[in-house]
Formats: sequence, structure tokens, C-alpha cells
Amino acid sequence: MVIGGVIGPLVLVAVAVIIPAVLAGVLGRLLRLSFLLSLPIAISAVLINVFLFPGASTVLFTLGPITATAEGLAFALEILVRILAISGAITLFYLTTRPAELVVDLERRGVSPRVAFVANASVQTVPAMVERAAQITAAQRARGLDTEGNPWRRARGLIPIVGPVILGAIGEVEERTMALEARGFTRPGRRSLLWWPADSGRQRIARWLVVLAVPALLAARIAGWLDWLR
Amino acid sequence: MLTLESVSYRYAGARGASLRDVSLELRDGEVVGIIGPSEAGKTTLALVASGLAPRAIGGTLGGTVHLDGVDLAGRPMHEVAGQVGIGFQDPGTQLSGVTETVFEEVAFGPMNLGVPRDEVIARTWDALATLRIGPLAERDPARLSGGQQQLVAIAGLLALEPRHLVLDEPTAQLDPAGTGLVADALAAIARAGASICIVEQKTDLLARLAERIVVVDGGRLAFEGAADDVLADPRLRDLGVAEPAGVRLTRLAGEARLPDRASQRLTGAIRDLAAADR
Repeated sequence: MVIGGVIGPLVLVAVAVIIPAVLAGVLGRLLRLSFLLSLPIAISAVLINVFLFPGASTVLFTLGPITATAEGLAFALEILVRILAISGAITLFYLTTRPAELVVDLERRGVSPRVAFVANASVQTVPAMVERAAQITAAQRARGLDTEGNPWRRARGLIPIVGPVILGAIGEVEERTMALEARGFTRPGRRSLLWWPADSGRQRIARWLVVLAVPALLAARIAGWLDWLR
Repeated sequence: MLTLESVSYRYAGARGASLRDVSLELRDGEVVGIIGPSEAGKTTLALVASGLAPRAIGGTLGGTVHLDGVDLAGRPMHEVAGQVGIGFQDPGTQLSGVTETVFEEVAFGPMNLGVPRDEVIARTWDALATLRIGPLAERDPARLSGGQQQLVAIAGLLALEPRHLVLDEPTAQLDPAGTGLVADALAAIARAGASICIVEQKTDLLARLAERIVVVDGGRLAFEGAADDVLADPRLRDLGVAEPAGVRLTRLAGEARLPDRASQRLTGAIRDLAAADR
């Protein structure tokens, strides 16, 4: 968005996403996941802009009552590369950062242990809930619940599964809260940390470069030095 | 010493009190067993003794709870946590849910209390060794069996090095070997000077560990006394509390009207077994 146009974001994707992904050895997974992540919004963005772009006059083709326009297509391409940049960056972060390392490092840098706990628990809760749902599904099936067949049957079969999953999780909250309190979780101030991720000189330099690049690009955009990338 | 004086407790929203006029002393190095029928108030007593009720769960507390002579009223839970540890019967809810290894899970409590890193590590290894679960240190706590998780949860309490431990059916999900490990660990902790209050259905475990037994019924302290006396008291059967195997054998031998000499030998053998178990 800072750079604008099509070529600029593509260069940014190449420099900030593709090259780091190659170095991290996750390029294949990154492309696959980014594609899946951005596909729904990309489809809607293309359809809306190509066919419903306001004030467009250059007609590409007509399909019954709707008309595809060149201006809409150009804008859709701009949106697409931005979506690509955002989804690529998010996916790269997901593929290269362990949640535990992120949380420990945030805590080391002064983030409240409670905030760090909530962030970590949110990530860790998902697989636990999935496992619980699988156990409840198996138990309900053993008692004759039909969770296969047509969509209506599947939808009906969800109710006896979702209820126990949600209620069970809520029911555990009180005891889990007590257990956390009994282990000193509510103590104010910093916790002791057992470990923290290594932070090399190269990583620090890379971080500072990113921090400096944002205002530099903003300034360049305002000054018009990036217009050739449009 | 942990002292409860004329304690009553009513859960938030409940009509009646779950504990009524209970007085109890837990002396340093002493193991006290709490037994009684279902809904007797045993878990409530554990929550009050550990300071969690009413701090963490609300409700109304009457009477006083003193820790080493200091009234617990008004003291925040994190201060109490360093001195009184509490364990529950469901290991799944006792684990923090945010750690990737058993080692980190056991270290979670001391880390919260700001114990210096080196000491946290030393305490964690000690706790793991006490329960003989050192080989699990690198495992994911969420992937352990229920029994292993319970041992990890107890190790997490031990790492806090509390002077008083309150345990609510800590061996509910353990097999006999696991129960034995916990019993050994608790005995060692008591020898080191900590007091332990243990709510337990397994009266065999109490016969092995406890010096004193308190029987709770209907929210009140029904009777108490030396473990051997209380566990052999016929009133326990009326309350639906299972008697220890030794007591049951002795009773059945008596009921079978064995010849005096055989009865004496059997009773002697049972007594020897119980003593060896301690």
C-alpha cells in the first residue's frame, strides 16, 4: 500500500517474502498455504472489480447484463498483489516462527505474562479442542449418532458434538483457573524465564532495516520517487 | 502450621453452607487424611485450607484460616501459593496448557513466583527425580497418559516447595505403581517437614501415609483420631467409606470365627504387612 501499483508490491514480495522463504526452505509450503489463504478474498476482489468498477469506460467483454472493464481489471491486479503480499507475509511468519518462541521473546521484552499466556493458550487450545471434538465424536458414534451421509444428517449430527465440546471447555475453566492461581500465576511483576530464543547480530540488523525501510518508503512515495514502479 | 478455626463456607449462589463449624490443625511434618462419603464437603475443605476459597471462586467464608499464625484473610493468592500447594484430581485441568515440555510444565509455578532461573531448574529436576519421571522431561505434557499427567501435576506442586500441601484425591487416575510413587514422594516431603492434608478415597493409601484421619460428613467434622483407630472404626462402613484391606481382612477373619491361634497369626501377619508398607 505504501508503494502502490503492481510492480512495487511484487518486488516487495520477492525481496521480503520469496527470498526469505527460499532461505528458510519453506517456499513450497508458503506458496501452497498463501494460495489457499488468499483464494476466497482474491476471487471476490477480481469479480467485484472487473465487473463492477465504478466509472470505468474501457469495455473488455460483456456477459449478459454485466460488463468487464480494463480499469476494473487493472485495479483488481493491484488488489491481488497486495493480497499476495499480505498473505505471503503472514504465512512466512507462521511457517518460520514457533509460537512458544514468540511468546517467550515478547515476555522477555516486557510484555505482561498474562498477555503472553493468553496468546500462547489461544494457539495451544486449538489442537486440544480438535482432539476433544474427535473423542466426543467417537463417543457419540459409539452411541449410535449418525455423522455421515447427506449434508442435513451431518448438520444434525453436529449438535450433540458441539454442545459437549463447548460446555466441557467452559466447565474446565474454573478448575484450570484455580490451578493457575495455586501456581502463583496472578503474582504481579515479571516471571523468571527458563530460556529465550537466540537473537543474532544478523537478526537485529534485519529488524532495524525493516523498521527503517517503512518510513523511507513512505517518504519516497510522497516525494514521487517510486512512481516508476506503478 | 495451618489452622482452621470454626470455619464455615458457602459457595456463591448456594442456599446452604457446604462446611459448618470445622476446626482443624495441620501441624508441620504431619500427614492428615480427610475421608467421608460423597458430597460430605471434603473438596470444599481442601479449597478452604489451600486459600482458594473464597479467593478464587467467591463464596462466603466464616471463621478464620491461619498460616503459621498469620490470618490468611486479605492475603493475595500468589502469596499463599508459595506456602500452600493444592492439587486436584483431574490432571487435565491442572496443567497450564501452554508448555511444550514436561520440564517447562513443572517449572511453571516457580517461574511465576519469580524464583531465580538456576533455582527453578534445580527445583524442577528435584521434583522430577522425586516422582521418578525424569525421563519424561522432554515429552509434551498433553501427550501423556492421565496417570503420567497427574504425576507431572504433583511434580509441579513439589517444585513450588510449599510448606503445606493440600491434595484432593491425587491418585484418582493412577495405577497401583503410580499410587505407590506418589505415596513415597509424599512421605519424603512430610519427613522434610512439610505438612500434607490429603483427601482420598483410597483408605489403603491413607493407612500407609496418614498419622491422623479426619472424617467429614454433611459439611461437619464427624470424628477424628489416630489413623489406625479411625480406619478400623466401624462407623466408616456406615458412612460408605471403604475400609483398608488390612482392616477388612481382620474383620472378616473375626467374622469367620477362625480358631484363636489362626486368627492371631493372621492378624499379626496383617499388622506386619501394614508396618512394612509404611
